[in-house]
Amino acid sequence: MLKRDTKLKGKMTISETINQIIKEFNQFDDWMDKYNYLIEMGRSVPLIDDSRKTDSNLITGCQSRVWLSSEYKDGLIYFTADSDAVITKGIAFLLIRVFSGHTPSEIIEAETTFLDLIGLKEHLSPTRSNGLLSMVKQIKLYAFAYQIKEKNS
Amino acid sequence: MSDFSASKIQSVRADFPILSRSIYGKPLVYLDNAATTQKPRSVIEAISDYYLYDNANVHRGVHYLSQQATGAFEDVRKKVASFVNAGSSNEIIFARGATEAINLAAWSYCETFLNAGDEILVSALEHHSNIVPWQVACQRKGAHLKVIPVTPEGELNMGAFAHLLGKNTKMVAVSHISNTLGTINPIAEIVEMAHHRDIPVFVDGAQGLSHGPVDVQALDCDFYAFSAHKMYGPMGIGGLFGKTKWLEKMEPYQLGGEMIDKVTFEKTTYNEIPYKFEAGTPNVADVMGLGAAIGYLEGLGWDFIKAQEADLLSYTTARLQEIEGVKIIGTASEKAAIVSFLIEGIHFFDAGTILDHLGIAVRTGNHCTQPLMDFLGISGTLRASMSFYNTRQEIDILVEGIHKVKKLFA
Repeated sequence: MLKRDTKLKGKMTISETINQIIKEFNQFDDWMDKYNYLIEMGRSVPLIDDSRKTDSNLITGCQSRVWLSSEYKDGLIYFTADSDAVITKGIAFLLIRVFSGHTPSEIIEAETTFLDLIGLKEHLSPTRSNGLLSMVKQIKLYAFAYQIKEKNS
Repeated sequence: MSDFSASKIQSVRADFPILSRSIYGKPLVYLDNAATTQKPRSVIEAISDYYLYDNANVHRGVHYLSQQATGAFEDVRKKVASFVNAGSSNEIIFARGATEAINLAAWSYCETFLNAGDEILVSALEHHSNIVPWQVACQRKGAHLKVIPVTPEGELNMGAFAHLLGKNTKMVAVSHISNTLGTINPIAEIVEMAHHRDIPVFVDGAQGLSHGPVDVQALDCDFYAFSAHKMYGPMGIGGLFGKTKWLEKMEPYQLGGEMIDKVTFEKTTYNEIPYKFEAGTPNVADVMGLGAAIGYLEGLGWDFIKAQEADLLSYTTARLQEIEGVKIIGTASEKAAIVSFLIEGIHFFDAGTILDHLGIAVRTGNHCTQPLMDFLGISGTLRASMSFYNTRQEIDILVEGIHKVKKLFA
């Protein structure tokens, strides 16, 4: 089992988490090891409560399906997600590690290009249609929505 | 092995420059021919030669190049007509592809002949392209779309079809070959049953023209749509065969230049078929490519193509069946070289992603046949679709790849 530091999650900034993920992926020379790692993540992490796997939380791609749910607590947004495909689930978990537990403005301002740097760029391509690109858009939309809600309250 | 030697197949492969490239450092194994086939050099050269030396607008100028382009353009129409054995080249309309040909036929036929309360039959096997245009035409006209069910093997339920044919049926629209399962539908039988009640039959031939000879007069179908890019020709061109008796009565689909006879601000009269259905400047360069593709297929001959593809179908089926946990989806008795399958416990997207990294191009997903997926109770499949240029060695690489996938996700 490869080590990853999830205990610090929430205390790290978004860019710190991104750097950490890049460091983890730099361990791999071979694409097969990289996918092995993703598959392991996709498998080992319970991502979303079944009650939250509703149609309204479903993002359909024609390849795989992604469920994304959000919660707003004490000024921070917490995301959970799941997918029916293991590789998609592994990447969904990376996105959750990066974005969950941050303020709306931190999420809105965050770069989403880190998947390029770890050689998973093609998974965010619109042609891949695995739901991940929509997931990133949805994460940003939630952040906008909570920010507006905060201002109005 | 088929009766054709390995050296013959290697020389055929050499006609397709793309087949020798590598993907992620591995030799490309291209098994997505049902999505689009690769193009031989002669097709690519026909297109570039047209633009390099022959480009002019057709049917318009008195000048030499325009006359020459018009002649070449109309020669390809004749070539297509003879390729599908149409009664007349006037029955061949050029379109962007099978999708546009279906839209043209569905809109124009339904605008002219469909009334409230009428019915159109499609099958549960259809590609979305052969469902939605008919569905929307039905909605527009207050007609009903009825569905011919399929058996668990992926064949049309012909008994149910017989019962669905009724006095209100105005059209039967079915595919020649299922893009998802490879099933070859019994078109001649369908036509005979439908014509017995004077109902026309529309055939979506997107997968039909590349695997074996098609004779629209022998089939006696009323319409047959096709795409050049699925028969070794360029993207962006295809066509529709339609019987004269329908085409002459049907309303034009698009309006503009070329399709008119006389225009005044009070009234416009339309040109004769096929021009009535070809508004605007056509895609002449790709028509040249289509002509070259037909020439290429005729040069190879159906004996070679059919023997190679039959061998690849039976070899692929047998090799996949040997793998524990692999289930072939679609086991019709008549099949083209298209094999859909699932690997137990592994999502098709995961499997396809790993196969891709091994240089293997297969299609994953619902293949634009969501109603068929719903019927089969699955969300998608992996699909290997073969061409005459594929080899048994490539199927071996696929099988090895599946074993790697199984190990990775075990």
